[in-house]
Amino acid sequence: MIELKNISKGFENVQVINDVSSVMKPGQCNLIIGSSGSGKTVLMKCMVGLFLPDAGEVLYDGHDFIKMNDEEKKEIRTQIGMLFQGSALFDSLTVEQNVMFPLEMFTKWNYKKKLERVNEVLERVELKGTNKKFPSEVSGGMKKRVGIARAVVLNPKYLFCDEPNSGLDPLTSMIIDKLIMEITKEFKITTIVNTHDMNSVMEMGDSILYMHQGEKEWEGNNKEIIFSKNDKLNDFIFASEFLKDAKDMRMLEETGKIPNERDMSELTHKDADPLIDPD
Amino acid sequence: MKKFISDFGRYILMIKGMFSMPENFKMYWKEFMHQCSDIGIGSLGIVAIISVFMGAVSAVQTAYQLVSPLIPKSTIAQIVRDTVILEFAPTLVSIVLAGVVGSKIASELGNMRVSEQIDALEIMGINTKAYLIGPKILASMVVIPMLVVIAAVLGIYGGRLAGTAAGILSASTYDKGLLEGFLPYNAVFCMVKAYTFAFIISSISSFFGYYVTGGSLEIGRSSTKAVVVSCILILFADYLLSALLL
Repeated sequence: MIELKNISKGFENVQVINDVSSVMKPGQCNLIIGSSGSGKTVLMKCMVGLFLPDAGEVLYDGHDFIKMNDEEKKEIRTQIGMLFQGSALFDSLTVEQNVMFPLEMFTKWNYKKKLERVNEVLERVELKGTNKKFPSEVSGGMKKRVGIARAVVLNPKYLFCDEPNSGLDPLTSMIIDKLIMEITKEFKITTIVNTHDMNSVMEMGDSILYMHQGEKEWEGNNKEIIFSKNDKLNDFIFASEFLKDAKDMRMLEETGKIPNERDMSELTHKDADPLIDPD
Repeated sequence: MKKFISDFGRYILMIKGMFSMPENFKMYWKEFMHQCSDIGIGSLGIVAIISVFMGAVSAVQTAYQLVSPLIPKSTIAQIVRDTVILEFAPTLVSIVLAGVVGSKIASELGNMRVSEQIDALEIMGINTKAYLIGPKILASMVVIPMLVVIAAVLGIYGGRLAGTAAGILSASTYDKGLLEGFLPYNAVFCMVKAYTFAFIISSISSFFGYYVTGGSLEIGRSSTKAVVVSCILILFADYLLSALLL
């Protein structure tokens, strides 16, 4: 379990995160959502130790990561896998070498065993047969999957994903989301995902932390978020035209009538296509 | 001034941060050998060309200035030898290497920083200063002095080639001149310079690359800065070492 206690972080005169506390629950997809510039990435980087918070504590199973010495931090980091926004694959290495890198650095396995493990995780992320390709030769979605394979190859306890859907089409985004969810359940990993993609929020949000201008604004899950009364959160989640339907659905619920599946589908089609005459 | 002190402090901390137990010695060795090949083999061609021409020009210009019939022709070889060993091979080659190797190191590390590859290594629990910068500095310290020795040999040979081809002096006179009044200390001084310059080139370039912030524009800027600062420091160290050791 990762616990954040009163984390604050600023750069020069700009306060990016202000007094954020939360708990990242084990074995779940914990989402940090918010608009661009809300401090999600900085918060995540504070959690993994890439940034040192100005104040607060980051507790890994009760131990403050910030106060740990270098050796203790190294120990924790061997339990962390991270998928970066731009995948951060090593350009000069092939897909196989990228995924094998953590194994080469931290295990004493022989080559055969390492290759078996690499093939196992590549198969898991549905990238069988791409071993000898270089990152420049694969698509954005495949890069993300290689990033996931590299992140989980050492069986980490914690998986951090910084905007896993950025730059991907909606279908590939869904595949990546599904993969992250499956891996989280399969390996019982504590997953923390930074995103502003509402599909991901609704799909993966076992636990959601909404950030606005560096502050924690709301906390809940994907079942509660749609019914939230928080105006800032509502502005964020209902910014999409399609999600306005969901807002209408909530209003109907408030007036005592919850539409069934058929009603909702009608509502969606009517609002989505202006050429359809409501009468 | 404040920025200079802050940058100097960061530079010292970067060097200090390199000294830690490798996570996996085999991987560090692999990276070291990779850098040796990159820096050494990658720069051999340009070093060879520059050295031969540097010696050749040195021989021709020395002959042009030695007009007195009282000075024996073999003096040309002595002057070429000492100029090449004392100055041209270590300094000129290092300045060229600051451009070739320094910009490569700075842009490689800068690109890794901007594309979050350095962060990815940090997250894995790898000391990136030790893993990325350490092998580069060590490889430079091993390979650049070797390149300087090759440059000195080729420079002296270039002088012989030009001298005989232009009919300035015979090959035997040149060879005789090379053996006259040779001071082994000059070779030692040349190597001291080579090691100092190798450290300057690799560490300064690593510093500018490792701490890049921003995007591709900043990578270009940091590479240029790395080359400029390395060149200035090489010239400054050249003067300092000459004043102290000669």
